[in-house]
Amino acid sequence: MEDKNQTSSSLQDIKDIRRIMERSSRFISLSGLSGVAAGICALIGVFIADNMLDNYFGSYNSRGFFSGDDFSKLKIRFALLAVVVFGVAFISSFYLTWRKAKKQGLPIWDHTTKRLAWNMLVPLIAGAIFIMGMLRYDVWLFVAPACLIFYGLALVNASKYTLADIRYLGYCEIVLGLISMFLPGYGLWIWAIGFGLLHIIYGIVMWQKYERV
Amino acid sequence: MLKNPITGLNKVFESRIRLGVMSVLMVNEEINFNDLKQMLQVTDGNLATHLVNLEENGFIKVHKGFIGKKTNTTYVITKAGEKAFAEHITALENMIKGVK
Repeated sequence: MEDKNQTSSSLQDIKDIRRIMERSSRFISLSGLSGVAAGICALIGVFIADNMLDNYFGSYNSRGFFSGDDFSKLKIRFALLAVVVFGVAFISSFYLTWRKAKKQGLPIWDHTTKRLAWNMLVPLIAGAIFIMGMLRYDVWLFVAPACLIFYGLALVNASKYTLADIRYLGYCEIVLGLISMFLPGYGLWIWAIGFGLLHIIYGIVMWQKYERV
Repeated sequence: MLKNPITGLNKVFESRIRLGVMSVLMVNEEINFNDLKQMLQVTDGNLATHLVNLEENGFIKVHKGFIGKKTNTTYVITKAGEKAFAEHITALENMIKGVK
């Protein structure tokens, strides 16, 4: 009888150890729905951007000449769109993850979050500065590939500090970015796949794996 | 004698809180008092007592530092602590498997 008790308490101890180790080293509240939300935002963004481009090229064709004014307006609109899409995606993803953390009774801002944020930010900030540098010299061709590659690297790096599965999303983004290097002119569509479709697929898979009750 | 000669379980780790502290420190290079407290959901005094105990056994090391003017005490696992905890886990696993 005592043996049985001892065994079950040992089992409980091992379970506790595993749970605490996991919880204290990784941010595990990342919600799959965050991925879905970010993906939907990206798709809407691409849709709007595509309309903007159609308008721009439409007016160019009908008037028959190229206006530098139109082009700088387009650039500003694009930049605004990018900021808004990123902002909405970030806020909605943050909200869904915050909700999951609250449900699990885990803190949203502890040392695991800080570590995750930092390790994700390093490649992202490097990428952002790199891309701004390219834009400074009007190299538009490699913006989409660079975004995807740096984002993918950020995810691979982050996977050590959150759900390990995010690594595979990172690999996919990197591969897609590299492919897009050799498919110039399809930037927007590859963007839609990388930031839209892949996020949504990843999100649904994660949600089914960890959250569906 | 820290170890139970029959089961090989370490008496120091019989406490849930000490077990928790060691689990956290096994996977974190270092951790400060507040993060530890939050993680294990314990009171200041309770946690402090157990930390002193672990330190006295030579399983953890305390670093007292500052962030600005605030004190920041961090804890690190020692080689001896890692070894003792690994042995404890092995003993627990053996208990479960029924090996003695």
